[in-house]
Amino acid sequence: MLKIEGLTAEVDGKPILKGIDLEVPAGEIHAIMGPNGSGKSTLSYVLSGREGYEITGGSVSFNGVDLLALEPEERAAAGLFLAFQYPVELPGVGNALFLRTALNAVRRGKGEPELDAMQFLKLARERMKALSMPEDMLKRGVNVGFSGGEKKRNEVLQMALLRPKLAILDETDSGLDIDALKIVADGVNALRAPDFSALVITHYQRLLDYIVPDKVHVLMGGRIVQSGGPELAHQLEASGYASVKAA
Amino acid sequence: MSAIATGAEGFLHRFDGLRQRLPGARLAWVQALREAAAESFRAQGFPTRRLEAWKYTDLRLVADAGFEEALSVVDAEFALPPAHSRWRAVFQDGRLREDLSTLEEAPFAAASLAAGLSTLEGRLGALARPAEQALVALNTALFEDGLVVTVPAGVAGGVLELVSLASPGERPAAFHPRHLIRLEAGASLTLIETATGPAGTRYLHNPVYEIELAEGATLTHARLQQEGSAAFQLGTAYARVAAGATYDNFTLNAGGKLVRNEIHVVLEGPKAACHMNGAQLLRDGQHADTTTVLDHAAPDCASRQTYKTVLSGRSRGVFQGKIHVHQVAQRTDGYQMNQALLLSPEAEIDSKPQLEIYADDVKCSHGATVGEIDADQLFYLRARGIPEAQARSMLVEAFLTEAVEGVQDAVAREALQAAVTGWWEKAA
Ligand SMILES: Nc1ncnc2c1ncn2[C@@H]1O[C@H](COP(=O)(O)OP(=O)(O)OP(=O)(O)O)[C@@H](O)[C@H]1O
Ligand SMILES: [Mg+2]
Repeated sequence: MLKIEGLTAEVDGKPILKGIDLEVPAGEIHAIMGPNGSGKSTLSYVLSGREGYEITGGSVSFNGVDLLALEPEERAAAGLFLAFQYPVELPGVGNALFLRTALNAVRRGKGEPELDAMQFLKLARERMKALSMPEDMLKRGVNVGFSGGEKKRNEVLQMALLRPKLAILDETDSGLDIDALKIVADGVNALRAPDFSALVITHYQRLLDYIVPDKVHVLMGGRIVQSGGPELAHQLEASGYASVKAA
Repeated sequence: MSAIATGAEGFLHRFDGLRQRLPGARLAWVQALREAAAESFRAQGFPTRRLEAWKYTDLRLVADAGFEEALSVVDAEFALPPAHSRWRAVFQDGRLREDLSTLEEAPFAAASLAAGLSTLEGRLGALARPAEQALVALNTALFEDGLVVTVPAGVAGGVLELVSLASPGERPAAFHPRHLIRLEAGASLTLIETATGPAGTRYLHNPVYEIELAEGATLTHARLQQEGSAAFQLGTAYARVAAGATYDNFTLNAGGKLVRNEIHVVLEGPKAACHMNGAQLLRDGQHADTTTVLDHAAPDCASRQTYKTVLSGRSRGVFQGKIHVHQVAQRTDGYQMNQALLLSPEAEIDSKPQLEIYADDVKCSHGATVGEIDADQLFYLRARGIPEAQARSMLVEAFLTEAVEGVQDAVAREALQAAVTGWWEKAA
């Protein structure tokens, strides 16, 4: 599904990613943990095509395609999805219009027919119910005035609608209450399939009780310094990143 | 074909030739009005940038163009814009086309100014100030027609459309319609105005509005300026708003080569209100200027102004907003916001708010922002699969939304929204 080799990237001439090697096979969920500022969000942005990062080396292949050569919207159409650590507010853009436009853009990319307003509404209501989101969030501006937890849920709603092949969740669990955490985890688990993979960035082992990863990676100083099974997350929770450094 | 004289002299020369053929030539008061206005235009000439009120808008293009006042209407076929109402007045080159208009059986009276001129002494010219405004003087000297609307006391007038069309033609035409709108006590009306013309045809549309709102009346005045690409529109509206009445103006400046939208509003009775909103959507080579002058001349009045300008290519936008709070106007609640979105590094916006406050118990705020499309917002949309061009257009529409949503009347709001969307689709 995703194969990252020797990826290095800079921001304003400052190296942030210093040689990332990571492979996520189809059907697997991998977790990335790592201290603040270690480059986790940078990796997620570089993968989704945000401007402002200079790729200085390495390659990323996504289902055999050179991911780094695609525009952000082409990556989304190819099945990549990033749940933002800090979802962006779009005053004046209604959430319903936004979701429908995004869904139809991705459907167009897949060669599927677009949904009209009624069909979309039916689908959106269904998905929102599963995420325990109040329906009036459709009428509001995208993320405008949403609480931190509501913003994260709105990200998961988008993921549930767009049904990506690879979802990158950047600290989607931060700021969520216990119930919301379960709801979000259910949202991810519902997508589990042989052709679905996820990269779950988190600081807390707790999320991984609900979304059990196939692998856990530790990202420090712009490199993956350790990889292991779910037990690695427990170990980190107990002894912090100092133990990794020592290793 | 003889060359057309240009500059102020050109217009005055034509006024000399036309004075006996213009409407009201046999009415002494009309003649006196026209003569005085012509004299005043002669004295003032075309405004230049040396005048504070014209600092950012250069009329040399207009002055140098050379026009003719088209005196006979060609009964050309026109593709009329889609109707928003049963009642509409269609003007061609500033003259009412009765055959294209439907005004009978309306809950209000609406008719040609030229036809009813003999009944308009004292009303025509009640608000306009030709001595101070050169273009208003020009309009007064040369007006050929206009729409006279009266909504009787207590009557809900519904929606009236005013459509202004310009003829295609070789000779650049100038027309100067004078529209008089009066709402009696407690009356209401939505006036939706669409001004269009053929692309590439040079013409001057120089309308003047005199709007009188009696106590408790409400006028929604939506102006969709979609003139042809080579056109000049220089419009001046005067509104007098009595106690408890509301004037709700929205102007969309989307067409034309050089456009000035000037509005003078006097809130002259307690609890009068005024909304002046607008959007300017400018492409390469366009210049649009919105200038508002608002007098809070009575206590407990509220005013709201939100203007948004989107500029692409090498375009230029101007916003000048003056609020004058008179000493009697205690408890004034005023708000003015002017925002610009620059889509190109060559575009330019000039903005001049001006507050003069002589009362002490006043809430008055104003602000201005200039920005570009937010990179994070654009990326968020693109990361969701929305192509860049479409994502940009969504953000531009979002930027305009606040101004459009401020329009109280649903029919007017939808017409505006459609015009805004249409502009963008053509621009993108
Ligand atoms: N635009 C930028 N300019 C300068 N430095 C930047 C920029 N963006 C990121 N960085 C730096 O890159 C490093 C990695 O940031 P990143 O956001 O990827 O960390 P993270 O691992 O996601 O941290 P957290 O756990 O706090 O979310 C940080 O030191 C950050 O300050
Ligand atoms: Mg981060």
